[in-house]
Amino acid sequence: MATAEEVAKAAERRDVRDRWLLSAPALLVIFLAATGPLLIVLVYSFLTPGSYGDVKWQFSPEAWIAVFLERDIFDDTLSIAAAHVTIFLRSIKLSVVTTIATLVLGFPTAYFMATRSEKTRDLWLFLITIPFWTNLLIRTFAVLQIIRNEGIINTMLLKLGIISAPIQILYTDTAILIGMAYVYLPLMVLPIYASMEKLDFRLVEAGYDLYATRFQVLRRIIFPMVKPGVIAGSILVFIPALGAYVTPSVLGGGKNMMLSNLIELQFGQGRNWPLGSALSIAVMIIVMVALLAYVRNAGKSGVRHG
Amino acid sequence: MAKNFSIKHQPGFSAIAATCFIVLYLPIIVLVIYAFNAASSTSEWGGFSLKWFQSAWQNTQVVDATLRSFQIGSIAAVLSTIFATMAALATTRTASYPGLTFKYAAINQPLMVPEIVTGVALLIFFSRIKIFTGYSGIGYLVAAHTAFCIPFAYLPIRARLENMDLTLERAAADLYATPWKTFRRITLPLLWPGILAGLMLAFVISLDDVVITEFVKSGGQDTLPTYMLGQIRRGITPEINAISTAFLLLSVAIVTLFFFVSRKRD
Repeated sequence: MATAEEVAKAAERRDVRDRWLLSAPALLVIFLAATGPLLIVLVYSFLTPGSYGDVKWQFSPEAWIAVFLERDIFDDTLSIAAAHVTIFLRSIKLSVVTTIATLVLGFPTAYFMATRSEKTRDLWLFLITIPFWTNLLIRTFAVLQIIRNEGIINTMLLKLGIISAPIQILYTDTAILIGMAYVYLPLMVLPIYASMEKLDFRLVEAGYDLYATRFQVLRRIIFPMVKPGVIAGSILVFIPALGAYVTPSVLGGGKNMMLSNLIELQFGQGRNWPLGSALSIAVMIIVMVALLAYVRNAGKSGVRHG
Repeated sequence: MAKNFSIKHQPGFSAIAATCFIVLYLPIIVLVIYAFNAASSTSEWGGFSLKWFQSAWQNTQVVDATLRSFQIGSIAAVLSTIFATMAALATTRTASYPGLTFKYAAINQPLMVPEIVTGVALLIFFSRIKIFTGYSGIGYLVAAHTAFCIPFAYLPIRARLENMDLTLERAAADLYATPWKTFRRITLPLLWPGILAGLMLAFVISLDDVVITEFVKSGGQDTLPTYMLGQIRRGITPEINAISTAFLLLSVAIVTLFFFVSRKRD
């Protein structure tokens, strides 16, 4: 006869097994059409490029060397691949600046939303959610129409006589920056708003009672309490910005490439799939580092302000 | 200190917020206005006209791409929502068990990887399978979309489940309901708003995708966003404004619906 304990254990084991079966389809689809192929990219980054795209199954570290270095065709010496380094640095710089810009604009916006009355708060939330769920390509296209030479900004400045010739914004790094800040702003506002909404304003009041200035209250009370939201927002903006494809393709023109355009090039005209794979893995590594920093920070901030 | 000292006030914050909201909406409004422009350039106003909507409607490429988008979107949304519901049932309302953390990580994995990387990975993987099987249909796009829609569908369903306690289900079991009957008569009706929200979210996400579709699609498999990207790269006509406007309208309708479904508390 089985004891009660054994019966309970068997039931628990059955429950865990059922739960695995129940989650199997989702895990399987994600493994087949998202996670698994990433491993293939890793393998491809160590192979030799085929003549017409794809790869030859022959081990080679060349692709990884080519991420940052260039091999001279005549004497085989290595020098720094200036073009790649420029694109890496530009992508990182643009993503960091985008993150900062959205933070500077998004933090006050989230604060404004969170300090409205409970009824109107929903309306503001709705207003920020709409751009968040509307097509990113359409929003980028909308920015394109505003900033191009015949766009509303240049037309107005010309009519007002402030400028005599249109300012070339489109197809510059500034255009990419404006576009990314525009499309990713809701991604910054929403998580900050989520932590701001739970903010206990009695603490703010206590701060003022103790003669803190507005800025001191902001810096020493509000900011530390919503820091998890700020970090989450920064990650949510930084990751897609680093891998941004649509915005640089539409607003950056052909010359101002970002990492994703460089990767695309290797799979298109470049016909160097291993290099494209190595570059993709490199992007992943940068993202992982950012995520790890986030996880460590999120873990810490909970303790520090407890 | 001033008489009406507001503890919630921060200097300049409201101005920045106002600017943000205006800046967020202004480009979209301009885009919509120019969709009704009679002139064929997007820089001058030539009077009100619906001709660009008409021309988009008669453009077989646009209609074709739209239908394909809807087809992929609805299949991917239904599949991902079913899988996400099952996964949510398996990962909530339980004590921690071996593999639970792994499941969370695996389900959310598509959110952690830049789309370009997933796109490239699928390009490589599917091109192998294409050579191997000879099949080059729409199935690849459906599979890819289903995968990246799962974490989005999972979110509202899981949130809904976590707010439901097990009392009613236990009561049903006590009254000799079979597990399936309990699920169908108790769990499913209670969970329905979450499932609906997940379904809509997944559909919008699939409809909006550009990057992964761009890398996975074979020739002649443009969805509406990839078709539009191609057109925008070639130079712009107000027809793109018209298509964008119709697309926006649809998105806003779905988001509004989503907002009400997910906000509704029972």
